[in-house]
Amino acid sequence: MEANTDTIIELSHVTKVFENNFKAVDDFNLKVRKGEFVTFLGPSGCGKTTTLRMIAGFDIPTEGRILLNGKDITAMPPYERPINTVFQRYALFPHMSIYDNIAFGLRQKKMSEEMISRKVRRVLDLVDLEGFENRSVPTLSGGQQQRIAIARALVNEPQILLLDEPLGALDLKMRKEMQLELKAMHQELGITFIYVTHDQEEALTMSDRIVVMSEGRTQQIGTPEDIYNEPRNAFVADFIGESNIFNGIMTGRLKARFCGGEFDCVDDIAEGTHITAVVRPEDVELTAPEAGTIRGVVTSVIFKGMHYEITVESGKNEMVVRSVHSARPGDQVGMRVEPDNIHVMIAEDHTNYFMAEINDDFRLAWNGRVIDTSVTRIIPGSRRLEDGTLLDGAGEVIDPRKTRIQISIQPQDILMTDKVEEGLVDGHISNLIYKGDHYSYVIHTDAGHDFIVDDEYLWNMDDHVGLIMPVEKMSFALKR
Amino acid sequence: MKTLRFSRKDLGIPYILFLIIFVVLPLLVLFYYAFTNGQGQPTLSNLTGFFTDPNTLGTLCYSFAIAFVTTCVCLLLAYPTAYVLAQSELKEKSVLVMLFVMPMWINFSLRITALKEILTLIEGNLAMHPFLNAVVGMTYDFLPFMILPIYTTLSRLDRSLIEAAQDLGAGDFAAFWHITLPLSVPGIVSGVSMVFLPAMTNYVVLDMLYNSTYIMGSLIGSYFASYNWHGGSMIALILLAIICVFTLLTRGMEEEDAQAVGGALL
Repeated sequence: MEANTDTIIELSHVTKVFENNFKAVDDFNLKVRKGEFVTFLGPSGCGKTTTLRMIAGFDIPTEGRILLNGKDITAMPPYERPINTVFQRYALFPHMSIYDNIAFGLRQKKMSEEMISRKVRRVLDLVDLEGFENRSVPTLSGGQQQRIAIARALVNEPQILLLDEPLGALDLKMRKEMQLELKAMHQELGITFIYVTHDQEEALTMSDRIVVMSEGRTQQIGTPEDIYNEPRNAFVADFIGESNIFNGIMTGRLKARFCGGEFDCVDDIAEGTHITAVVRPEDVELTAPEAGTIRGVVTSVIFKGMHYEITVESGKNEMVVRSVHSARPGDQVGMRVEPDNIHVMIAEDHTNYFMAEINDDFRLAWNGRVIDTSVTRIIPGSRRLEDGTLLDGAGEVIDPRKTRIQISIQPQDILMTDKVEEGLVDGHISNLIYKGDHYSYVIHTDAGHDFIVDDEYLWNMDDHVGLIMPVEKMSFALKR
Repeated sequence: MKTLRFSRKDLGIPYILFLIIFVVLPLLVLFYYAFTNGQGQPTLSNLTGFFTDPNTLGTLCYSFAIAFVTTCVCLLLAYPTAYVLAQSELKEKSVLVMLFVMPMWINFSLRITALKEILTLIEGNLAMHPFLNAVVGMTYDFLPFMILPIYTTLSRLDRSLIEAAQDLGAGDFAAFWHITLPLSVPGIVSGVSMVFLPAMTNYVVLDMLYNSTYIMGSLIGSYFASYNWHGGSMIALILLAIICVFTLLTRGMEEEDAQAVGGALL
């Protein structure tokens, strides 16, 4: 880390619990350097906006401290902080002209009108909206309102500019333009920017450093390159860029088994450890069937302009591959991955994932079995029309042939039985670890899937068991 | 055979009939009486009579004064109430709002009679303070119509605007003064128009309070009671004109929704 004198704002053990006992932010720690562009990235509800609001002063942390230039500002009201915010939906004052909107902050400081008018003109120039002083807010387009919101914050010459999903309401083209402009503005002004977004691409493009958040917790802090190339856990890998994520197990020194094959890797993790393996689609190399570490059948090929996105089914696993060479559905292929490009991490979360299909009866089918639930029950708001068409909550048609359902289930929710045929799937116990009050098993199926199951009873290695998975314990996610 | 079919438009027929019978026709009759004399000949004397008679002009001014004071008192009571209601994050907020609206569901004459008893208890003789009692009675009756539209505007106010003002250095008072207050003007206008105009004419409140104060409504009532339909109609028409002018002046500022909420409760 940089020297302390360089730090402009520090959040130390910041926690926010709302009155309804919802823990929005949990032990957040961060030091931001002067002039840095830091992005809080995460899905909605991850606590990123709450963290920003605590920096702005709209919310007071339940625990922890916020230091600005070494001074404690945890409880300082927002109007005393030398920090300004660009709000998500701009929050321009609708009853004031553009000039009065921008002048608002300066007038609060009792600056002379002459000075104010000079500064307003300068900042309008900065956001390329010269001559807009007398326009009213509703006559401006979304993009222009956005610029005014930025101008209104910047005119106060804040030490830190907070931006809360500022580009969320703009269309794609406008968003791209504004990304570049914001980045340029940041470089030109040298002000510290703290930016909140759920758009990973935006974060990767603009930031010096990204804080990935999920469920109130910091998942990883690092440069865009770090976060993309060395995701610290499955959440980060999944959220940043597209990834193939597998549960697996270490089978030897620098050897990991996942996706039905044994791969060499560079992460030295003890044998027998449950792991999560992440492989980026662009890092998978398609080979002749016999030359690959694993083999599979191409199930779909989509042309994406710069490359093809090829889905390969290998046993019951699915690997998405990005390749400049096309393939045909039905092709037998081999796949290999450079050890360097396999990111192996100790699995913190042992959730089992598998993909089911929707059958003609609109039920879920997997492994030749039907899972006893209907599609309409697991996709919120979905319904079937009389002619059999399936619609999702937004009224869009779901094509059952192109849609998969990702099923997830926790290890403790799967029951093992020696009446093999009673299970949804069967396999052999390939690993077991005693975890204090229960055993953690890995069951390897003939189709190449590994399931992690917690059970308090002792089974033996290589026992043939059936896995019973209660439908009510499963979670479902739609994958198109 | 042609079947009888109703289009959606036809659903409006009952209301249109209602409008014609109870609004348009009476208005025409009102016009007729206002501009004719007892012999049915056209005349402007009713109009000139009103503006030359010091008594009627005096009543007009007095009504204005009562309506003005009533409106001010209502506003001063309603705004802080509505503000607190809109600000509070109580789950029981709707219950509180109900409590303010509830009096309107209790029979009007019962309410006013109760008020009369209370005032008599306090003042002894109601005739001692006619102006004060008029204002109290009307405020009591019309307060919810002021609270509701203001509450509606305030509770719809985008909280991020106030946060933006604070973020830009405005303290609580400055944020209120520059943002909340100006943006709640539509609610205020709506409330004022729903209190001011009834307060000029609603003499039933005064009658029930044994109040001898003469306001525009009482004036019209007395004309009609003495079978001077022509003079009464003219005064009604003049009030109508005042209401029209006021409505036109404030139309731009009025928020339709606030009106709708108030209207639904009227």
